[in-house]
Amino acid sequence: MKMSRIRKWATTGTPFIWVNAGAVAISLIMVVGLLVVLAVNGMSHFWPTDVMRGTYTPPNIGTNNSTTEFFGELVQSEEVSTEQLRDTGFELTDTDTTYQRQLIKFGNRDLIGSDFGWVVTEFVTDVDYPAEMSVLERRSWGNFYGFLDSVLERGNEVVSRQAGTDDTLWQEFHDRLLRVDALYQDIDQLERREIAQVNYQVERLRLQQRRLEIDGRDTAQALASIARERDALELQFIEHQAALNTLYNQVNRDSAVFIAANEQSVEIPLGEIVRAYRPNQLGFAGKLTVYFSRLSEFLSSEPREANTEGGIFPAIFGTVVMVLLMSIFVTPFGVVAAIYLREYAKQGLATRMIRIAVNNLAGVPSIVYGVFGLGFFIYIVGGEIDRTFYAEALPAPTFGTPGLLWASLTLALLTVPVVIVATEEGLARIPRSLREGSLALGATKFETIVKVIFPIASPAMMTGLILAIARAAGEVAPLMLVGVVKLAPALPVNGIYPYIHLDQKFMHLGYHIYDVGFQSPNVDAARPLVFATALLLVVVIALLNVSAAALRNRLREKYKALDV
Amino acid sequence: MEEAADSREQTQDSQTDGSAETAHAAETSAQEELNPICIEIRKLNLYYTKNVHALRDIHLDIPRNKVTAFIGPSGCGKSSLLRCLNRMNDLNDECKIKGKIRIDGEDIYQKRVDVANLRRRVGMVFQKPNPFPKSIYDNVAYGLRIQGISSRRILDEIVENALRLAALWDEVKDRMDANALELSGGQQQRLVIARTIAVQPEILLLDEPASSLDPISTLKIEELINDLREKYTILIVTHNMQQAARVSDYAAFMDMGNMIEFDSTDTLFTNPSVKQTEDYITGRYG
Repeated sequence: MKMSRIRKWATTGTPFIWVNAGAVAISLIMVVGLLVVLAVNGMSHFWPTDVMRGTYTPPNIGTNNSTTEFFGELVQSEEVSTEQLRDTGFELTDTDTTYQRQLIKFGNRDLIGSDFGWVVTEFVTDVDYPAEMSVLERRSWGNFYGFLDSVLERGNEVVSRQAGTDDTLWQEFHDRLLRVDALYQDIDQLERREIAQVNYQVERLRLQQRRLEIDGRDTAQALASIARERDALELQFIEHQAALNTLYNQVNRDSAVFIAANEQSVEIPLGEIVRAYRPNQLGFAGKLTVYFSRLSEFLSSEPREANTEGGIFPAIFGTVVMVLLMSIFVTPFGVVAAIYLREYAKQGLATRMIRIAVNNLAGVPSIVYGVFGLGFFIYIVGGEIDRTFYAEALPAPTFGTPGLLWASLTLALLTVPVVIVATEEGLARIPRSLREGSLALGATKFETIVKVIFPIASPAMMTGLILAIARAAGEVAPLMLVGVVKLAPALPVNGIYPYIHLDQKFMHLGYHIYDVGFQSPNVDAARPLVFATALLLVVVIALLNVSAAALRNRLREKYKALDV
Repeated sequence: MEEAADSREQTQDSQTDGSAETAHAAETSAQEELNPICIEIRKLNLYYTKNVHALRDIHLDIPRNKVTAFIGPSGCGKSSLLRCLNRMNDLNDECKIKGKIRIDGEDIYQKRVDVANLRRRVGMVFQKPNPFPKSIYDNVAYGLRIQGISSRRILDEIVENALRLAALWDEVKDRMDANALELSGGQQQRLVIARTIAVQPEILLLDEPASSLDPISTLKIEELINDLREKYTILIVTHNMQQAARVSDYAAFMDMGNMIEFDSTDTLFTNPSVKQTEDYITGRYG
């Protein structure tokens, strides 16, 4: 009786609906959870936390309970067992089972040797958050925590700390910092544009001369002309160099003296400082300003200090450019192949074999494509291109080395099965009557494909492209072999002819995560960046996909009444 | 000549005006410019695969500027025969055709025949309306643009004429840029007819053009066929006996891939010479 009631309930389909809804809910929770974990861990890194001052007196064996003052930001705290602490050299007599310990970012790597360290909360005394505590983000040696003591110009004191003048002192320091920032922009402009241009021209002349020599046309006249040009460039270079020196001289004019922990006095040139703020006296709005300033630096500037500081713009740019290039390669190739397979090829054993091969190609591990790209594209094709077109640059390879072009081509090869399969499905869904309608009006097969079939199948092609982008943007393994490097601040697209440098190596978000997470000497500093970069990678892929999907939906809208 | 032997299939009935003369003229001057016989089908055999023999020894002369209806049970080969006339069966790789089809004396299955041009001359309208997912204007202009006509003025003129002829102009003249798929089924079918006559074919093949339409739309299509009969040689496949009787001058009854009887519509329906035809027409078939 009861069994039959359950069976009856089962046949209504209600349990099935519950199972379905449960599966959907779990999937959603996982996706949202992933994003939240990435966002919380990654995005909190840019928030300016308060900097504490404290005294630490650990009961270490063998030393006379040395007392040190420390400045630092609290990163995390955890419970550890007494046993574990004893093993690390603490002299603990009590039987407490656990102690709380805190991970503190001490900064000041140049003074203490490491930026991060654990302290056992029990032995920390005199904790306070002084309002004048300043944080400096530096171009090297990481963060600095300390008190501003005086501002110097060419080694002579301009303003120094006296009772009550703290704000004037900070203001003076801040004004001078802005001046240095402006100078750095000039320097950047000079180095990136003008000097890079001159260097490029000099290299071009060298190659020109080399080519003349290879061709045996190195007449005295031609060589003299090149020498003349080179001299002109040399002069230009010296000029730029002088300008650069002047700028650096101006940058080096100012410095400031800071008092670090344990009354240590340090003179820091202002040119070393990227950003300075006093978190303990910032309100919420002030902290928000610092937060967004740091976030925008992360998104828009180059990495510093072995990728653990600064931004990841070159990696974002590299990822996007590579994916776009890949799309340009893979779409026409896959679409044309699918049209041939579906529309022209005689359906039979051969086409079936080709389809099976294409589908299997999609299942080949990506690293295999990387090896193929290295062996075929780089060594064979690239090597041949170098011998034929860039002989003057040899033995330095131009295309015979990993680079943007080969990475894009390798990924295009990796994703072409996806595009072929999706396009074929789209073509198969187009009703036969439409083809016949077009043919019956006197159109040839080619005209029918171009004017009727192709537009209707275009949403399916876009679907293929979306899948290809999703797969390609997340690939890392093959890229390590065919063109991605740890650090390549020069963008593959810039203002120097030929504007897109296909032979150049580039940075990639996926590889950046790997590099920062596993290859970084400073694990604690790198960890939040791993999360932030991962979040960014997800966002970039999502944006690429969303734009492709928007394009597809516009196409679908056009043919919606057709039900294909 | 072969034609002389075939004259028994030509109607001798003088009720359909002029047909006696045209039949007579066919015997005497087959190659003349205005040959009254438009399509000659000789010993046509069609195999979809080795074992599916869809048409058997079809032998038929179709008169010019008349409406010829093909009737018969489903699967008897009417549509297959129609699709042979504009080589639509070419799309099927396994399809084999034996025998000859001559349109205006020219064998259309010869190697040097331009199939695209043949299909332009022999327009076809299918059972289900199949407008392209383009605007109404672009649908009608499609065949013209294929021919390389790009002058907007000429296109406008031909499109309007075709739509007027298809009795669709008044319904769509204010929304030429609307998607053709937004039209109703009957309008779509008339649009497809307009699209077909826009390229000015000589022969119109209508493959059950009204079978998926409501009675009013069907009526409009039939009126349209009446209007077009002056200018075109029309071949229509239909399941609807009344329709065949209403619109056609000649009728052919087919069964199992065989041509059973071909005669003027009046004779075929009122006084069929074969018992099988009579059974079918009177509903005793099967």
